[in-house]
Amino acid sequence: MPTESQRPTAPSGEIDTDYDIGQDNIQASIGSLEVDIHNPVFPISALSVIILVLFCLIFDETAADAFGALRPWLTTQFDWVFAISMNIFVLFCLFLIFSPLGKVKIGGKSAMPEYSYPAWFSMLFAAGMGIGLVFYGVLEPLNHTLTPPLGAPGVLDSDGNLADAATAEAAVRLGMAGTIFHWGLHPWAVYSVVALALALFSYNKGLPLSIRSAFYPILGDRVWGWPGHLIDSLAALATLAGLATSLGYGSSQAAAGLNHVFGIEATIELQVIIIICVTGLALISVVRGLDGGVKLLSEVNMGMALLLFLFVLIFGATSDIFSTLFGGTAAYIINLPALSNWIGREDTGYFHGWTTFYWAWWIAWSPFVGMFIARVSLGRSVREFIICVLLAPTLACVMWMAVFGGTAIAQLVNDGYTGVQQTIANWTPELSLFAMLELLPLSTLTSLLGIVLVLVFFVTSSDSGSLVVDTICAGGKIDAPMPQRVFWCSFEGLVAIALLLGGGLGSLQALAIATGFPFAIVTVAMCYCIYQGLRSEPV
Amino acid sequence: MYSDIMVPVELAHIDHIGKALKVAADLARHYGAKVHYVGVTSALPSEVAHNPAEFTEKLQQFAADQGAAYGIDTQAHPLTSHDPTADLDLALEHAEQTIGADLVIMASHLPGFADHIFGSHGGHIASHSKLSVFIVR
Repeated sequence: MPTESQRPTAPSGEIDTDYDIGQDNIQASIGSLEVDIHNPVFPISALSVIILVLFCLIFDETAADAFGALRPWLTTQFDWVFAISMNIFVLFCLFLIFSPLGKVKIGGKSAMPEYSYPAWFSMLFAAGMGIGLVFYGVLEPLNHTLTPPLGAPGVLDSDGNLADAATAEAAVRLGMAGTIFHWGLHPWAVYSVVALALALFSYNKGLPLSIRSAFYPILGDRVWGWPGHLIDSLAALATLAGLATSLGYGSSQAAAGLNHVFGIEATIELQVIIIICVTGLALISVVRGLDGGVKLLSEVNMGMALLLFLFVLIFGATSDIFSTLFGGTAAYIINLPALSNWIGREDTGYFHGWTTFYWAWWIAWSPFVGMFIARVSLGRSVREFIICVLLAPTLACVMWMAVFGGTAIAQLVNDGYTGVQQTIANWTPELSLFAMLELLPLSTLTSLLGIVLVLVFFVTSSDSGSLVVDTICAGGKIDAPMPQRVFWCSFEGLVAIALLLGGGLGSLQALAIATGFPFAIVTVAMCYCIYQGLRSEPV
Repeated sequence: MYSDIMVPVELAHIDHIGKALKVAADLARHYGAKVHYVGVTSALPSEVAHNPAEFTEKLQQFAADQGAAYGIDTQAHPLTSHDPTADLDLALEHAEQTIGADLVIMASHLPGFADHIFGSHGGHIASHSKLSVFIVR
């Protein structure tokens, strides 16, 4: 609900710049259709996506070779860049929690939070990793238990027999630790850094809500020129390409789920229908705005996820879940230095194939998630912000992984059920959740809940992603005309359909993840900018 | 006839609504009514202001200028919303009640094809408000 403005004093840490928000924008009316877009970020972002999509469609083999090789090349050659930068983000966040700078409030001293804790938490969680948890929550803990990180022996020996009790227990703990590592402090630290930078430089410093604003302490007024155009366009491109390809893959995953539960044939037509439905719902949500759309959807999501979580907790391997939870968390804390280390790693399958891949993915995703979190975080102190964005979701992920992964592990170790293991051997991660639910009661109902949960998560990210891309491409204006966000939301759906029909989802997704590399470096610079920005805030 | 006239204003595009402002001032003088200028912003920096406090100041200044120019009694009502693009209509409906307005005067563009899809704020207010609404084109 709108409220009468009650903030009489302006935050005094504001940056004095001659730049006016929207000064580079093109405002035009085509009939009664109004547009207000940044020049050149809007055309660069839209055109580069169109060109890349055409490239992937027309030269699909070349694109698959080039982009397909780019990502593994980056994650093996520059594993140290990803590892070091992610470690910096975690340390920097921990520093902020304990530093006196943690007292600074987003939006200035008199700012009040706009959202309650549950609403805020639901939104940042849904934007941050909702879908991934549904897919990898079951598969990843079991995978790392079978082949644990750091070269430890797995839960099964080479003949497929259960290892002795001590080895098996150690494998489960290390497997959980290896999973929590990818979903815990590190990803949420990079989100926290980007989100805090954007929130600080817009709410406190008065700069437009755009990625470029965070670099003002380094670049000064040059952020309004080409360095800024480049950063913003790359962020918009990464977000668009990431969202569209996720949507494309998500539709095949949802179709596989429907096939599994109802036996409906997972044809390409079904997948296109799923994309159209998801995009259609996202359009309704995007028009309803932040409160009537994303916030509502995130809360619905949270409720459904909690329901599924409680169901598996109660009907799954309850006693094992708790030992997995505590054993895994302890192993995570103990092994955190070894897992974070990038020198002389011999478990390259885990380190390159999983860790560095995840790091690139989270970093590539961070402009989108960070910007969305920034927008809804007014009125929180920096300390409160970091604790809530870093620690609370980490805890939630740990519990989720313990419940879903712990049940899958117990099914294999205690009952000898190989259903989930099969989905790893065949690499069909979209079926892991359903394979695990099969052994529990009411599996049709819970599988259906799983499918709906995934679809609603997709609608939510398509919606919040469109808001973010629209804001970046409107020069940081969040009040740009409605047709623009409708355009971006539809555009994502169209790109997903085009790539699904013509091939090339993998190529564009590889490219999206590869943008994690430049962002890894600029995000480290962001830490310095946050430090400078916080120091100049009146405490 | 009317004692409190509500006029939604977009400070960024004030040059587009000159006619509506004039009409509001003329009617206010005729009926001895007070004009309430309503502006909606978000807490984030915008084209108009870097923060809600600056927005409030600008809207108050605007209301004072209008009052001085036309010799009428005016008041500014700055509102904040999480998502002004989507929530504007709701914000204005809400403002009607809190202000206790009895007439709304607002500028709107000529209706076109896009209005069938996206609607217009003037159109929305005219069809949802219980008050008399004067759309100035």
